Amino acid sequence: MAKPKVATAALAGCFGCHMSLLDIDERIVKLIELVDFDKSPIDDIKRFTGPVDVGIIEGGCATQENAEVLQLFRKYCKVLVAVGECALTGGIPSMRNTVSLTECMEEAYLKGPSVVDGVIPNDPDISLILDRVYPCHEVVKIDYFIPGCPPPADAFWEVLTALLEGREPKIPYQALKYD
Amino acid sequence: MSVASTTKEKKIVINPVTRIEGHAKVTIHLNEKGKVDTARMHIVEFRGFERFVQGRLYWEAPVIVQRLCGICPISHLLCAAKAMDVIVGADRLTPTGEKMRRLMHYGQVFQSHALHFFHLSSPDLLLGYDADPVIRNVIGIAQKYPELATQAILMRKYGQEVIKATAGKKIHGTGAIPGGINKNLSDEEKTFLKKDIDQMIQWSVESVALYKKLYLDDIDRLSKLGSFESNYVSINRKDGCLDLYDGLLRAKDPDGKIIFDMVKPMDYLKYIREGVRDWSYMKFPFIYSLGQEKGWYRVGPLARINNCDFIDTPLAEKERQEFMELGGGKPVHATMAYHWARLIETLHAAEKIKELLDDPDIQGKNLVTSGDRRHEGIAILEAPRGTLFHHYKVDDKDQITMANLIVSTTSNNEPMNQSVRRVAEDYLEGAQITEPLLNLVEVAIRAYDPCLSCATHAIGQMPLKVKLIDVKGDVIEEKVHD
Repeated sequence: MAKPKVATAALAGCFGCHMSLLDIDERIVKLIELVDFDKSPIDDIKRFTGPVDVGIIEGGCATQENAEVLQLFRKYCKVLVAVGECALTGGIPSMRNTVSLTECMEEAYLKGPSVVDGVIPNDPDISLILDRVYPCHEVVKIDYFIPGCPPPADAFWEVLTALLEGREPKIPYQALKYD
Repeated sequence: MSVASTTKEKKIVINPVTRIEGHAKVTIHLNEKGKVDTARMHIVEFRGFERFVQGRLYWEAPVIVQRLCGICPISHLLCAAKAMDVIVGADRLTPTGEKMRRLMHYGQVFQSHALHFFHLSSPDLLLGYDADPVIRNVIGIAQKYPELATQAILMRKYGQEVIKATAGKKIHGTGAIPGGINKNLSDEEKTFLKKDIDQMIQWSVESVALYKKLYLDDIDRLSKLGSFESNYVSINRKDGCLDLYDGLLRAKDPDGKIIFDMVKPMDYLKYIREGVRDWSYMKFPFIYSLGQEKGWYRVGPLARINNCDFIDTPLAEKERQEFMELGGGKPVHATMAYHWARLIETLHAAEKIKELLDDPDIQGKNLVTSGDRRHEGIAILEAPRGTLFHHYKVDDKDQITMANLIVSTTSNNEPMNQSVRRVAEDYLEGAQITEPLLNLVEVAIRAYDPCLSCATHAIGQMPLKVKLIDVKGDVIEEKVHD
């Protein structure tokens, strides 16, 4: 029987959740015996090769492209898991929701003390930035949420192994983080 | 770009670039003769930290800005804390404060470099640039070289354990605070970390040897791949020694001559500025005196090893001397030599960790200090990927009123464009986007270990799309690498 497939994506986050997933350390070897990885920034697979059993999403949606990737994951993944504060609530990047996007851009590209001849980037080859940062569940249906900034490695391990064994994940109280 | 031009030019787009951290895509612009004109790596995300930290209390900055990057959060935690040391008037930290922070930093350099070399880059080097994408990743390494994969996992784990012991948590800890630190090293942590350090040093020595062999065996190709001469910027200790945590700015030109030296962090604006292009969210830093056109420079392991006069740990110093022979008295300009320099630093970090673990000060009780308050704080640090600048202004109510961040990968922005251009010049056949071209563009970009998360203060997966564009701006061919 073919191994279950897992895909991962990092949207508007910091990659810390992916790093925490790698913090399962020696269990990585066990994990790759259990599953095949499909589209993920840790490998070279850039398009879905077919339906995937579990999709893991880090980060919220700050650009049009983020939203498109998220919708693609929803389409291909049977179970979609949002991990970390950014995916769950928008997180630190959503602090920009309290000010206008224009002000943020002006500060970075026009007003910064080291900026010379500033201009606000605007080109068809760069993503359209959304008016605000959206948590994943405001864009697509999410099946499971793992909190934490980032969630501890043990939380990742429990959720992945539970889903692969067909049972409900039980994250121990100590591994449920909201920092 | 002259969209109105009537001559024919082409553009190639590579999207996404995987196994590097962040979002980017590449366009290659051809001139009327069908030769490569320019290459652009477009950074497609933006976050706006500079604006939204305004109004936050100064002591929140280290924990907020470290969320720029989950791969080297300690760099931002420490750099912000160092800037806030200036704000709280902590001109000299307690020995325990300074040494715990250094231990934290070397732990991070160790884990970040190990991650980059083994998890992200070694698949290209050991499995081949043209290996099947399905196996050309860390999982493929685990299957073909299980011992090396285990070693990679344990090296990264060790660095993460050092971070946990010093910062409280493996990712996004809180250890560094304005004026010092919030914990020292317990007996238990010290014993735990000392147990494996000799093994880490040994593996680091072997890693340098492994890459050295790979490089020298293929030197004709690797010394040219994506290479060019450039300026280099880094900080050094006052006496010219490699120092990743603190020091004075130095810039060298392609011949190794000093452009500026002994520059204090507070004076950075006199020497470094940033340009902006409308086609990327990542800015373009340059040496002010040389101007935007000629002033761009490289940072990171290659720049640091080229710029320093010596390394104060014996094994890494020996490797540095051998490495510098490649340049024959001048800086080493080969882009693929970044990996070699990075592994020398990995070894240096391991040696430093050992030194610090034997230092009684890391168990001292005096953690925090302060002095007269100031309203402006500037700090510079060598993050794994290069020189990092944090600059803040704080008002009387403790609120941040201005933040300026020049992060490591940003300085390598123009160099990465240059590398892509060089690869395109060497490997583009006619107007065809070939598979080897796509692979080598990625390999060249990856040599810089770009953390695009930090660089745009944004992150995501790293798509590689190459677009071939003509002088009119029309896309002739577009290829997604998969």
